[in-house]
Amino acid sequence: MTNEFLLAGFGGQGILFAGKLLAYVGLYAGKEVSWLPSYGPEMRGGTCNCSVTVSDAPIGSPLILEPTQLLVMNTPSFDKFIGAVKPDGMAFIDSTLVEGQSDRKDIKCFYVPATAMANENGLKGMANIILAGKLLKEIGLTDEAVIEKAMKKCIPPKKADKLEANMKALKLGMDFNG
Amino acid sequence: MPDFKRPHALTDVYLHYCPGCTHGIVHRLVAEVIDEMNIEGDTIGVCPVGCSVMAYDYFNCDMMEASHGRAPAVATGIKRANPDKFVFTYQGDGDLAAIGTAETVHAATRGENITVIFINNTTYGMTGGQMAPTTLPGQVTQTTPYGRNTDIEGFPVKMCEMLSQLDGVALAERVTVIDPANIRKAKAAIKKGFEYQAKKQGFSIIEVLSTCPTNWGLTPVQAIERLKNDMIPYYPLGVYKDAPVRNKEGA
Amino acid sequence: MAEKSLMKGNEALAEAALRAGCKCFFGYPITPQTEIAAYLSKRMPKVGGVFLQAESEVAAINMVYGCAGSGIRCMTSSSSPGISLKSEGISYIAGADLPCVIIDVMRGGPGLGGIQPSQADYYQITKGVGHGDYNIIVLAPSTVQEMADCVTKAFDLADKYRMPAVVLADGLLGQMMEPVAFDDAEIVMSDASNKPWAANGHKNARKHNIINSLYLQAPELERTIKERYERYAEIEKNEPVGVADYCDDADIVVVAYGSTARLAKSAVDEARKQGIKAGVFRPVTLYPFPKNELNAAVKNAKKVLVVEMSMGQMVDDVKLAINCSKPVDFFGRTGGVIPAPAEILAKIKEMGGNN
Repeated sequence: MTNEFLLAGFGGQGILFAGKLLAYVGLYAGKEVSWLPSYGPEMRGGTCNCSVTVSDAPIGSPLILEPTQLLVMNTPSFDKFIGAVKPDGMAFIDSTLVEGQSDRKDIKCFYVPATAMANENGLKGMANIILAGKLLKEIGLTDEAVIEKAMKKCIPPKKADKLEANMKALKLGMDFNG
Repeated sequence: MPDFKRPHALTDVYLHYCPGCTHGIVHRLVAEVIDEMNIEGDTIGVCPVGCSVMAYDYFNCDMMEASHGRAPAVATGIKRANPDKFVFTYQGDGDLAAIGTAETVHAATRGENITVIFINNTTYGMTGGQMAPTTLPGQVTQTTPYGRNTDIEGFPVKMCEMLSQLDGVALAERVTVIDPANIRKAKAAIKKGFEYQAKKQGFSIIEVLSTCPTNWGLTPVQAIERLKNDMIPYYPLGVYKDAPVRNKEGA
Repeated sequence: MAEKSLMKGNEALAEAALRAGCKCFFGYPITPQTEIAAYLSKRMPKVGGVFLQAESEVAAINMVYGCAGSGIRCMTSSSSPGISLKSEGISYIAGADLPCVIIDVMRGGPGLGGIQPSQADYYQITKGVGHGDYNIIVLAPSTVQEMADCVTKAFDLADKYRMPAVVLADGLLGQMMEPVAFDDAEIVMSDASNKPWAANGHKNARKHNIINSLYLQAPELERTIKERYERYAEIEKNEPVGVADYCDDADIVVVAYGSTARLAKSAVDEARKQGIKAGVFRPVTLYPFPKNELNAAVKNAKKVLVVEMSMGQMVDDVKLAINCSKPVDFFGRTGGVIPAPAEILAKIKEMGGNN
């Protein structure tokens, strides 16, 4: 079983962080994992994406061109990648930020108003985690102890006070129905 | 007559320098300082590419031969790995002020605890007398056959003046070795540079105005006259900076 | 072994360098290797090491020359254009028989090129890094764990043979994260105690040491170079490493190194699923090139396919190693484009690999 996640959005939205979280969840669930960022001059504000593979077998290419799951947080990335999702795959779309919907019938699209949910719940800047929570729920990687361990690992000690809020965001995503 | 022996820090190898060249005197001064401070076993010298390329055979301390211009970077590598050793470079004007300007300036501004002995003789000696960065306006060299024209070749580089502007420099002094009084001053400057190293006080450069009778086409005596009459007015002797960079040891 | 954590290839390599006793790092920023410098700038002061950002690549490699000449383990890292600048210094280091480690995290070229992954420095690193007759050891990792393992090995080989060793990676390996583990051993910085040739102050206890590559007498220089080549012969005998997968019964053997090898492996896995008899051979050491290992791997093959992220450089060494005894085809993407396993598989099929 191999999950190939492609996460995309603007720099500064926490795309790489959400990718790292998914990779750690995979690692702590006993899988092979790889994480590959797009890199270059696009720091804050530019487009940004990240390939995460979680697999039962050693990973060949860490670069994902056709994801099984797409997590997308802006319209340009949605337009660019929605067509690349593998048939029977899934897309997790921040519907606060992405205009339009996909007409693909061979994939499951989840429209999560993640940015609005984050703002309403005092979790500004954690829309990425809400989407990641929804993704983890839908693919069935939901062992809470594993997820919490992964989150703890991803949050640097200096920002330990952010752990609770991040866990709350994750839970919001997992519990979201739509 | 005092006992005038070869300093221990000089090997028993004949120097290859031309008659009347002042390299030999400067080598001796460095060696005397090493002897007087009793630091030969804790000193590493770095030679340049230029006439003094084979100085590694002449100094009795451990020696490294650098590529052209890179001696201050090589010295930085040695010193950072061995902060309690003494490290000096011995470089000519082409090496230090042309191809190696970046390495010189940055070692200086970092305040590397090294001592740079800078031989300024206004020419590339080893390759046969081409224009150096320090060649004087009007000076005839192999590559300025009509004399250095500042409209075309620009102006000489004044290293001590330049480096004295940098906060990492503890000592920038220009000396010469054309007579006993100046030789004594030159040695004192070199010694001060090494002493600043001992106290980790920052970068020291001692620029020595030197002669090159062969490439200047002069006798040794004429060469000394030229140095006095033409070089010193353009490159005034003296202390350009003497201000230890760090107040306490290793700070 | 401690618990595995996710690290970028560049960071894993940097951590491994520390653990190999690398006391000094001299570098200059360039994408996509900058994490190595950033990581070491944080870690070095905590473990008694030296991190210094040099004014240029040229200065950095010469700082390595000085530090290595004093017998201390040291390293510099860069990416392709920066390695071009370092090449003069690398020649001097090889000419003075000094051990050091150089990291090249390759990007696209020529010129400024791009910053995406590339393998177009193969010639530069294995054939042409600087002037003169000499070789340097070249190791090519293909996972993040190997980025760490290779740097340790590079330090050991550099010391053993007194010569520079390069870890040749690319932007993909440098930037990606994978699980990596280090043992719990305490970090011990290297010293010069096993290096009697080091110029680190003779303490009035021995003759002065001279670190030098200048020999004005031609016969003397020739003798020195020939002695060095005797050492290279030892290396070529003792140190080649190559990894073969599914090669025994393969009709088509794909040869690839570094990150491309894992892409090739994915293609070959898929080929096998489809009943195509393909195998993959990965040189881990690029100098010494694993000639015997390659010949063994392609013994039963009908054809060889070399895949690189370049217009084809290692392919020459493959042809030489097997003495053109089999048809050798090439597939490459360049300029920072990463070949997709599907493209490699298509090429295998085009060459007649079928079920």
